[in-house]
Amino acid sequence: MAEEGKGEVKLLGLNVSPFAIRARMALRLKGVSCEYLEQDLFHKGDLLLRSNPVNRKVPVLIHDGKPICESLVIVQYVDEVWAAAGDGEGTAILPADPYGRAIARFWAAYIDDKLFPALMGIMKATTEEARAEKAKETFAAVEQLEKAFAECSDGKSFFGGDSVGYVDLALGCLLPWFGAVREMFGLEIIDAANTPLLAAWAERFGETAAAKEVLPEPDKAVEYAKKLQAHWTAAAAAAAAK
Amino acid sequence: MAGASDDGGGLLLLDVFGSPFAQRVRIALAEKGLAYERAEQDLAAKGDLLRRSNPVHGKVPVLLHAGRAVCESLAILHYLDEAFPSAPPLLPADPFARARARFWAEYADRVHFCGKRLLWARRDDGGEEAAAARAEMVGVLRALDAELGGREFFGGEAFGYVDVAAAPFAAWFRAYERRGGFSVAAECPGLAAWAARCAARESVAANVYAADKVCELVELYRQRVLGHT
Repeated sequence: MAEEGKGEVKLLGLNVSPFAIRARMALRLKGVSCEYLEQDLFHKGDLLLRSNPVNRKVPVLIHDGKPICESLVIVQYVDEVWAAAGDGEGTAILPADPYGRAIARFWAAYIDDKLFPALMGIMKATTEEARAEKAKETFAAVEQLEKAFAECSDGKSFFGGDSVGYVDLALGCLLPWFGAVREMFGLEIIDAANTPLLAAWAERFGETAAAKEVLPEPDKAVEYAKKLQAHWTAAAAAAAAK
Repeated sequence: MAGASDDGGGLLLLDVFGSPFAQRVRIALAEKGLAYERAEQDLAAKGDLLRRSNPVHGKVPVLLHAGRAVCESLAILHYLDEAFPSAPPLLPADPFARARARFWAEYADRVHFCGKRLLWARRDDGGEEAAAARAEMVGVLRALDAELGGREFFGGEAFGYVDVAAAPFAAWFRAYERRGGFSVAAECPGLAAWAARCAARESVAANVYAADKVCELVELYRQRVLGHT
C-alpha cells in the first residue's frame, strides 16, 4: 500500500509514450496513487511547459508541486521515495547491490541510446533502404538484449529477477511499439524463433498487473504513429517551402 | 596513479587520458580519495581486456573493481557512491536533489555533442552546420548557467555529481569559443566563473588538459583529419 503522508502526486504523460509508461508502471508497482494527466503534445499545455521548460516533454512527475523530468530519473526517484512500498514486500525496482545497479543502468542506457532511436527510425524512414537499415540496427540491439536477459535474469522471470525491475520497465514500455511495427511493416522485433528468451519474457511482462493497467494496445501506438507521420510530413513540407 | 592493483579488491580504470567521459571517473576517484590503477587504452588497436570488459561498446571508461567491469561514465559515478559509502558522496542525500542532479548531468552531455558538431564542422556548407551548432551550444550553456543560479557549484557549496559530470567539458570552453566566435563569459558569466573554479580545483586540474592544450589538440586534429584549419 502507498504510504500515507507522502504528498500529492501528479503525472503528466501520453498513453503511448514509452517514457511515460515507465513512470506510470513504476508508480503502480509501488502502489502510489497519482493523478494522471494525459497531454496533447501537439498543443502543449501550460502545466507541461512550466514543469518541463527545458525539454517540454513527457513524462513529468509532480510531487508536492516539485517537477521531476526524464523517465529513468523519475523511476529512480519513485524507487527512492517509496522504498518500502509496493506489491509484496517492498518491491525494489533497482537491486540493492551496487554492481547489480550498475548493470541495470548500463542496459537501460543501451535501450535508450541504441534500441529506441533505431526503432523510431523504422517509423521515420521515408525510403525502403532507410527502413531496412534501421530495422537491421533494431534487430542487432534486440540480439544484445536477448543475451543481456540471460545474464541478468539468472534463470528467473524478469531482468530484475523474480519481480519487474529497472531494465524490465526500460524495455517493456516499448512492447506496444514492437506491436505497432509488426502491424505497420510486418517486422517482428522479438519472436520465439530469434529471441526466445525475450519473447517469453514479453508475455510474462504483459501479464503483470502493472502492465495490464498501463500498457496500451499496439493499435493505439499505430494510431499515434500515423498522427506523428502526418506531423513530420507537414513539418518537412513547411521547412522545404522556406 | 599508484593503486592497490594486485589485491582482488583493487580498482583498475581502462582509460584514455583525453576522453571527457573517462576524465569524469578520474575526477570522481580523486574527489573520493580512492586509489586506483590507470591503463591507457589504444582505441585504434583495442586490447583483450577492454574487449572482454566492454564487449557491447568497446569504449572507455571502464572501471574494473575486483575484476568486475562497470561501464558508462555516469553509471560508474553512481557505482563509486554506492560501493564506497565511506568516501565523500557525489550525489546529495535528498531524493528530489538527486533527481535534479541526474537530470542536469545528462543534460550537460549536450555541451559535448554540440561541441563535436561545432569543432569538426567542415567549411564547405557555408558555415551552416557550425552556425546551428553554435546557436544550440549557447542555448545549452545558458540553461546550465540558469541551473547554477549564481551558486559556487551545481552541488551547492560542495563539488558534486553535476560538477564532476560537466567539468571535463568546461576544459573545452576556450576551444568552443574560438571556433564558434562567442564568449562564455559574455553569454553566461556565472558559468564562466564556475569553469574557472573547476580548472583551479586539484582533482580537475590533474585530470584534464589545460584549455590552451585542448585548443592546440583541436587545431592539430582539424589539420590532420579534416585537411584544413
